This record gives sequence, C-alpha cells and structure tokens, in this order.
Amino acid sequence: MTNGYLPFEKPLIELRDKIVELKKFTEEKAIDLSEEIATLEKKAEKLEKEIYGNLTTWQKVQIARHTSRPTTLFYIRSIFTDFMEMHGDRLYGDDPAIIGGIAKLDGRPVTVIGHERGTDTKDKIARNFGLPHPEGYRKALRLMQQANKFGRPIITFIDTQGAYPGIEAEERGQSEAIARNLREMAGFSVPIICVVTGEGGSGGALGIGVGNRLLMLEHAYYSVISPEGAAAILWRDASKAQQAAEALKITSADLKSLGVIDEIVPEPKGGAHRNPDQQAAYIKKAIVKHLNSLLKLTPEELVEDRYQKYARIGRYLEPASKGSR
Amino acid sequence: MFKELFRKQRKYATIPSEQAKKEIPEGIMQKCPSCGTILIAKELEKNLKVCKSCGYHFPMSAPERIGSIVDVGRFFEYDAELLSEDPLSFPDYTKKLKQDQEKTKLNEAVVTGEGTIGGYPAVIGVMDSRFRMGSMGSVVGEKIARAAERATTKRYPFILFCASGGARMQEGVLSLMQMAKTSAALEKMNREKVLFVSVLTNPTTGGVSASFASLGDINIAEPGALIGFAGRRVIEQTVRQKLPDDFQTAEFLLKHGQLDMVVSRLELRDTLIKILEFHA
Ligand SMILES: [Zn+2]
Repeated sequence: MTNGYLPFEKPLIELRDKIVELKKFTEEKAIDLSEEIATLEKKAEKLEKEIYGNLTTWQKVQIARHTSRPTTLFYIRSIFTDFMEMHGDRLYGDDPAIIGGIAKLDGRPVTVIGHERGTDTKDKIARNFGLPHPEGYRKALRLMQQANKFGRPIITFIDTQGAYPGIEAEERGQSEAIARNLREMAGFSVPIICVVTGEGGSGGALGIGVGNRLLMLEHAYYSVISPEGAAAILWRDASKAQQAAEALKITSADLKSLGVIDEIVPEPKGGAHRNPDQQAAYIKKAIVKHLNSLLKLTPEELVEDRYQKYARIGRYLEPASKGSR
Repeated sequence: MFKELFRKQRKYATIPSEQAKKEIPEGIMQKCPSCGTILIAKELEKNLKVCKSCGYHFPMSAPERIGSIVDVGRFFEYDAELLSEDPLSFPDYTKKLKQDQEKTKLNEAVVTGEGTIGGYPAVIGVMDSRFRMGSMGSVVGEKIARAAERATTKRYPFILFCASGGARMQEGVLSLMQMAKTSAALEKMNREKVLFVSVLTNPTTGGVSASFASLGDINIAEPGALIGFAGRRVIEQTVRQKLPDDFQTAEFLLKHGQLDMVVSRLELRDTLIKILEFHA
C-alpha cells in the first residue's frame, strides 16, 4: 500500500517485481532468461486484464478514494488554460472545499467549478477534505450566475464524500444552499456539463451537479448514501460496506443503465492516478464533444433539454391512467 | 372576499378520512411523549393532534392533514395510481413497500391533488411519514414534480406539507435525482411567478430538506419539527461536541434565518388562507 497499490492489485505487483528482478539478473549474470521473461510478461498482461477488467464495486470505490487520485485543481490546470480562481460567496466566507473561476477551453471562455479535496495532508485539512459548507455552494451559485449572465458554459467537477455535517453548516443553511443550487442550475440558459471524477457523495455532490450532460469517470461512484452509512442502517454494521456498495448500484456502468449519466469516461489501466495526464485528456475529449453538441442549442432549448433530462429519471409503474391530469 | 372567508372558516371542521379514524379506536388514551400527560385520543384528534397541555404536535397522516386543511369534500387526488418499482432489486424493498401500503392504505409516501382552502383553489401535496419514513423515491419525486407542473399550468398556488427522512436509500441514485427533478419543476414555477408554500413538519431532513422543502416563496414550520440536512448522530460523530438542545428544531431554524415563520397547527389553516388571499 505504501507505493499506492491497492490490496487486490498485489498479485500483479508481485509478478511485475519478479519480471524486473529477472531482467536485472539477465543483465548482471549475462544469462539469457528472455523466454521466461516473455512468459511472465504474457502472464502479467493476462492477469492485468483479469483484475482491471472485472473490478468489483468495492474495488472501484477504493480506486475512487485513492489518495493519489487526481483532484479538481489538477484537471482544471490540465484541461483549461488561463484559469483565474475567484473567491467567496459575498455573504459569509470563502470555502476552499469548492473552487471555481473562469478559464478557457480551447480558447473559449468557460466557468469551472469543482469540489477540491486537497493533495497533501496540510492542504486536505485546509480544504476540509472536500466536504463543503453552505458558503461553498453559495460561491458556486454566484459563479454560475455570473456565467449565465455572460453566456459562458459551466463545467463542474464532482468529487466529495458529501456536504459537511457540522453545527455551523446547519446553522447557515446547508439544506437551503444545496436546494437553491438545484433549482437555479435547472434554470440557467447556458450549457452545463458535470463530471463525476471521484466520489459522488449524495446531496453534497448534486449541489453542483445539475447539468445538461452528466459524465462519470469509469471507476468513480455516485450514491444517495455512502456505502458505510447504508451498511450501518441496513445491518447496523458499517463493516458491511462492501455489500451495501453492491446493493446500492453506484458504479458508472450502473448509472448508465439506470439512465442517470450520459457517458462513461474511460480511465487508464488501474485508475486515473496511474496516468493523470492521460485521464485529463480523456475528460477533455468528452467535455469538448458534449459542449460542441450543446452549443447548437438555443438558450431556451438548453433549459428545456436539462428539464427533460431530469424529468425522465426514475422508475415507477403507472397503471392505465384514469386521466387525472 | 372577507365574507366568503369567514363563511368557509365556519365550515372548518376536522374530518379525518375513514382509515385515519380506524387507527385510533374510540376511548383509547394516548400519552404525550413531550409532557407525559395522558390524553383522550378522540379529543386529541379533535385538537388536530396537538397536546392540550404542552402544545406538542403529534405526527399527522396525509388523510388527517388533508382533512384539517382542505375545505370539506373539496379535494381531488392526482396520480394516486403511481406505484414504486424495485429498480435496484434492493434487499427486502418490495416486502417493505407492501407492508407500508397495508399499514397506511396509501400507495406511496405522498398524496397530491387539488382542492380549495377557505375557498381558494390550490394544488396540495402531503407527505406521510408512516410510509417508508416519508422518504422520496421515484414515485414521490414524480408526483411532486407533476403537482408543481399542474400548479404552474393552472396558476394555482402549490402548498406542500413535508414530512420525510430524506431520499429513499432503496432506490439508490434514482432517489437522489428526484431532488433535481422536483427542484427543476419548482424552478419553472418560480419563473412563471406561481406561489409555492413549503410547510415543514416533523421530520423534514436529508434530501427532502435539501431540495423542495427549502424552496418555498414562504417557508413555514410546525413548532418543534426536526428540520435539517445531516442526521444528529452523524454530526455528533463528526464534530465530537455536544449539540445544542434545540439543534435542528423549527425554532432553531427560525433563529438562524432559515424560516419565515413557525406556526402552530391550530393556526395553520388560517395562516394559509391569509397567504392565499394575499396572492389571489
Ligand atoms: Zn404534552
């Protein structure tokens, strides 16, 4: 784990270490082991496919939570140019758990917003591990209103365990801050694209997540409740989080089949942290593609497109209506 | 206008539905969980389930609430036939739905429809906390969104009585997305300048509190109602300090600027009629 590998990756890592060892041995002792090495390399390739091709929900959660997983600031700097960060909600304070500002996407001005969980320990603490307070959502709202005013598309990056559950957060109206964002985001007449990059933690994620397009990284998860929280409610046992994660259907593939997300953005083998630059490129490609199609819509059509997206989500039975409408 | 108002008010009597009557057989006593006073169930019902000695507000079912607010015989239900599915094949969900349907005689955790209150037409929604703790799944979200859409089309005020533990875990992310769906419907209402009144009753928490419940042009709460985003236990575990006694009560929210008013259930109908009159 110290080198950033997850428990389920262990067999693969051991095999790769062995290959390195054999190669070194070949060099040092001038013995030809190329056949053995080739065999092992083939084996490693197969094992890699097996492991990363069949990740369980829980393994994906572990990747989504990986300490080295790239965060919003990295993606903003890689995907956009000329990023200017803006601060504060003009009401109470500046919440570093949500960052935002203006930037250019291939030269086009956009507004970018995202949860920022921080990179090193000090940064993580300062950013409250990406758990926002109401002022974070209100800063996001202010920046989105600004984008709407000046006709800039809005791109948001979702990566939070949830909105911060604290005394002050409740006093300052955590519920109202999120609720207002949901309503206002529904009404903006500019394109909105939301990307779930890591953890999509319930209302705290949704608070910057109402868009025309919802994209999700392959190993990200998005859930109404944390697997641990669900396990505590269901079985009074937070250690059964793995089971809860399966039951909640929280992977990108699950959300695609439930009709919630529009596209799964692939990850490099082993997860975004294995090749952050490649990951950023994948995300950029998806954003550009969807933005280009959204830019063909009129402001009214953009609002209606978003309305219909959410109106369609949900599963229920409606026996032959008696025409109550 | 005033004449009509008074005439309608005189007609005002609590006529709970048949099933609500059956739940509390006559003559049975009920203990107030707040002050311990033993109350006669029938009298408690007549007092809109408010404790006579301390003012504690007992939970109200959706039929009881409609009986206490809407003009007698003036309620036409919408979308009663909508039924939940089990989209995630979640453990025990179908069984629990069935249990709650039998217990409450309701199909789901919200009843929506239109009616008159003091003669004023309105679209009305009432959540019922007896059904899956009033949690919001696909059906609850869809019914509330449709009610808001009808209110917008008809230009009737929308009055929504919230009572919910939040989003419904058993429908996973589909429940979460109902927050966006309902809020989007309210955005349309807002744009069309149609009145939305949210009445927050005990409890209004989680995803419901963080969506439509907080979006009223006017937010009213019943005294003592638990209202908040995060659960008390989660907050205690996170901040590791004692929470104020009145934490997340209606009174706490009023003090912190999150509500327009806290109104006793005994005055709620009159208050709503006044608001409707202002916006007629
Ligand atoms: Zn009492």
